[in-house]
Parts: sequence; C-alpha cells; structure tokens
Amino acid sequence: MRLFIFFLTGILFGITMFKSEAASWFRIYEMFQFNSFHMYGIIGSALALGVLMIQIIKRYKIKSAYGEPIVIPDKAMSFSRYAYGGIIFGLGWGLAGACPGPIFTLIGAGFYPILVVLVFAILGTWVYGLIAKKLPH
Amino acid sequence: MEWIFNPWPWYIGGPMIALIMFLLLYFVKNFGMSSTLRTFCTICGAGKSNEFFNFDWKTQQWNLMVSAGAIIGGALAAHFLSTDSSVAIHPDTITKLQDLNINSAGVSYLPEELFSMQALMQPKVLLILSIGGFLVGFGARYAGGCTSGHAISGLSNLQLVSLYAVIGFFIGGLFMNHLLLPYIL
Repeated sequence: MRLFIFFLTGILFGITMFKSEAASWFRIYEMFQFNSFHMYGIIGSALALGVLMIQIIKRYKIKSAYGEPIVIPDKAMSFSRYAYGGIIFGLGWGLAGACPGPIFTLIGAGFYPILVVLVFAILGTWVYGLIAKKLPH
Repeated sequence: MEWIFNPWPWYIGGPMIALIMFLLLYFVKNFGMSSTLRTFCTICGAGKSNEFFNFDWKTQQWNLMVSAGAIIGGALAAHFLSTDSSVAIHPDTITKLQDLNINSAGVSYLPEELFSMQALMQPKVLLILSIGGFLVGFGARYAGGCTSGHAISGLSNLQLVSLYAVIGFFIGGLFMNHLLLPYIL
C-alpha cells in the first residue's frame, strides 16, 4: 500500500515534468540561453514554496504520516565534491538536455533514444563508484 | 479542464514540484531522482566488487516506485493529456537552433535531430546521447544529487552545499550551451 503511494507520487511527478516542459531538451537549451523565464519560474516557485514548507515543518514540528516529527538530514559539508560534481553534471545536462527525473518521463512518453542516455547515466554512476576514492571530495 | 491539455505554465509546474516534495517528506523520504541510478547498479550486482554499491537495494524500493511512476506519468501526459506537444520556445532561441541545423525547434517536444530512431543511426548522435548520459550519471553521484536533490530539496532546506552544486550545474550547463554545443551540433 505504502509503495503504491510512492508510485502515484511518481505518476504525478512524471505528468508534471512532461506537461511543464521541464523534460524538453528545448526548454533546457532556452534556459541556458537566458531567453525565457519559464524554467526559472518553475525552479524558483518550487523553491520558494519549498523553503516556506520546510520552515513551517521545522517551526511547528509537523508530524509525518507515521506520527513522528519530520526530520530532514543536513548534507555533508564540503566544497570540492559539490563544485566538481556539479560542473560535470551541468555539462551533461546541457548536452543531453535531461536530468534524471525527465529521463524516466521521456521513456514513458515514447522517446526511445533516451534509453541510451539512461544506460550511460547508469554507467557513469558505476564508474563514479569505482573511482570515488581517488577523487577529491 | 482545457488547461490540462495545454502546456502548463511555470506557476503550475513549480507548485506541483513543491507538492511532490511535500508528499515525499510526509512519508519521510527525500526527493532525489539520481539515487535510482545507483540502485540500478546495485541490482545489477555492482555491490559484490565495490562497497559504494553494497547496500540493501530493497530500502530504495520506494524510489524505484517513484521512477516507475514517472515513466507511467510521462506516458499518460504524452498520449492522453496533450493535444499538441510542440514546445513554444522563444523565437530567438528557435532562430539560433535553426542556425545549428536543429530545424525541429518550435515544432516538436524534443529535437528530432537528436531523439528520433533515425537520428540514432548516426554515430555523432549516439556519441552526444551517450556522453551526455555518462556526465549526468557521473556528475550527479559525485555531487551527491541532481536537480531534484540539490536545486529543489537541498536549496529548500537552505543547504549551502546545494548552492555550490547548483552553481556548478549552471557553470557546466552554460559552458556546454554557449561554448561547446555550437561546435558539437
């Protein structure tokens, strides 16, 4: 039952990615050209509501579905892994025009060449795991 | 109901993403799509030789369900909730893309020059998609998250490191878009 809720949440997410055109290579290209407010509006409004939501959760100790206060773990402090990893991710985002969420959405939408992107994204993740210890973090 | 079939404006898309993040938080999960890529590696047996992938993938079943849902949601949106899926990008962007021989700009959802089965027969296109995918997967794990994990949930929780990551996303993306893509396409 609980897994089914996550499945429904995923469906909502997939529909949102496709319909808001966040899954379109064209929108990502246009975003990096600074030619439209669209993508900035999506990320910005999600973020503004997200900040508000998390502040409310923390201040009023909002309880989860299981009756316990929601605790959001902080991310580990570092600079290099986020900067280097971020730049590498950005190069891929700008080239393939899809981040991991939309990759799944586009498979469903029937753009099968995106499977190449998915397979190589998994391969990239695997290679990272293999050499992670040698990279600056 | 007409609005559902039209492309959604940013002020619907953004709040929907915030709602999805809330639903996951309510069930004590953190929004992050690239984690599933790592789970795939583990399911394929990568944990036997490497400790980074050595975890019980069943703890990630919930995220596999989110990903499966994202596939079904994409299918529903494309086939039942859209009358015209062309993307109305800015005319200047269309002109710029036409100069780079992407003539499907403004006409289709994804560039046919990159995402049609015909295009896939060209070695250059295959290279673009595979290198792009590799960088997305490698970079997301190196940075500990992608757009959903850092730009949305990390920044929402005011994590300074997510700001580093998102600035990185944009440095990489702008470099690719302005300096490399004109020579690649």
